Amino acid sequence: MQIKNNVMKINQNRFFLTIQRLGLAFLTLALVSCATIPEGQVRIKKDPWEETNRTVLSFNDNLDDYIIRPVTKVYEYVLPSVVRTAIRNVFSNIGDVYNSVNNLLQGKPKAALDDLVRVVVNTTIGLGGIWDAASAAGVEKHSEDFGQTFGVWGIPDGPYMVLPLLGPSTVRDTVGWFFDIQTDILIKQIDNIPLRNSTTGLRIIDQRAKYLGSSDLLESAALDKYSFIRDAYLQRRRSKLYDGNPPMMEEEDEENTPDYSTENKRIR
Amino acid sequence: MNVVNSLPSPSFVKKLTQYFLALSLLCISVTSLTTHAQTIDSTPDGLVQAIVNDVLNTAKSDKDIQSGNINKIITLVDQKIVPYSDLARTTQLAMGRHWSKATPEQQKLIIGEFKLLLIRTYAGALSQVKDQTVQLRPFRMNPEDTEVVVRTQVIGKGDPIQLDYRLEKTANNVWRVYDLNVLGAWLVEAYRGQFNNQISQSGIDGLITFLQERNKTLSKAR
Repeated sequence: MQIKNNVMKINQNRFFLTIQRLGLAFLTLALVSCATIPEGQVRIKKDPWEETNRTVLSFNDNLDDYIIRPVTKVYEYVLPSVVRTAIRNVFSNIGDVYNSVNNLLQGKPKAALDDLVRVVVNTTIGLGGIWDAASAAGVEKHSEDFGQTFGVWGIPDGPYMVLPLLGPSTVRDTVGWFFDIQTDILIKQIDNIPLRNSTTGLRIIDQRAKYLGSSDLLESAALDKYSFIRDAYLQRRRSKLYDGNPPMMEEEDEENTPDYSTENKRIR
Repeated sequence: MNVVNSLPSPSFVKKLTQYFLALSLLCISVTSLTTHAQTIDSTPDGLVQAIVNDVLNTAKSDKDIQSGNINKIITLVDQKIVPYSDLARTTQLAMGRHWSKATPEQQKLIIGEFKLLLIRTYAGALSQVKDQTVQLRPFRMNPEDTEVVVRTQVIGKGDPIQLDYRLEKTANNVWRVYDLNVLGAWLVEAYRGQFNNQISQSGIDGLITFLQERNKTLSKAR
């Protein structure tokens, strides 16, 4: 009991240390540079911290241009796609553990069971997650996180925010992310720090590799990258909350919803 | 003698046969045309399925497309998808309340430029499709519906990608796609904020100039 308490205390300390560090990083960023909002930019209610958010986005973009993206390109060049897929599958398999937990917390026992079955099948038949045998067998993956779980519980998402390194989020999703890492086996169960750091690094590169093509596409499709990402993120999170079937927006959100009422003036 | 005279002359028989042949050919082609129309865009889910199959099959059998030849892909999108979409409506919805403030000439220009940008973006997305299959999700509608959403899933490596289409029934009783949802975000909604921003910054003409310049840069980049 004593030992368990101590472990919990250490974990708690780590938790607060992470928060402190992140807070410090934030403060530095806020102090160091200030991106300005383009003149005439339409402000939305959901984004009161737009100036800071834009600064963080440009910080992330720089980080991406100079470090993450080049490393990812090398990663794609060096490793054959079979190996990269295996790595992605292993991370995905571990992720299914907390997908299952979150589905359960959201009161979706069927999805929770699916994810659990996936973990069992992929860990055994799929050789530790290297092969996604469950998908091949038709067991669907249900990605969920604590941000969504809190949303399902009725907690509002709060203002939009861009996190350093992690990208678009909201206040609720950021809190959810802290819970995500608490249940993250790869962070919590690896005590060897160099190993843990390299695992995290590999995970970041794997994630980036996933979006290598689409980020170029985004650059060319967006008129203003910042608001494009923001609007799409908020829409997507809302949609995920309702598992792909969000109800129509209410009046107060009209700035974010398309106006389908001008039907009669349709042109041909 | 009389009997022989009452028989139609051989040339007349020949003409008659030709006439029947032509008539039957015409009939066949008319039926095939109408059935063709019925299978493609008379039902929304049928239309989406047909477009998806056509595009994927063409992409799979064309080496240039597989190697990422963007101009070829743009042609593919232009031929296989654009005819079944109503991009004027897409543009109008993305413009929102600014639409009625634009002159007909401005509207025409915006539709043209936005169409170019969308085709290019869609082609870019398509160039990344490799070994994926598209699954239609269960679909039901009421016979009187004129607006529907057809849901699909792109299955490849990793998580399935949600890709939904919003369709309208036009005055000609055919279905046209006018909005897309990628991973939970509708295209019209995502562009609405963008257009609104650009217009409040530099007006409707500013938006047109912006789109024209963007399209110019993009076509030069390839």
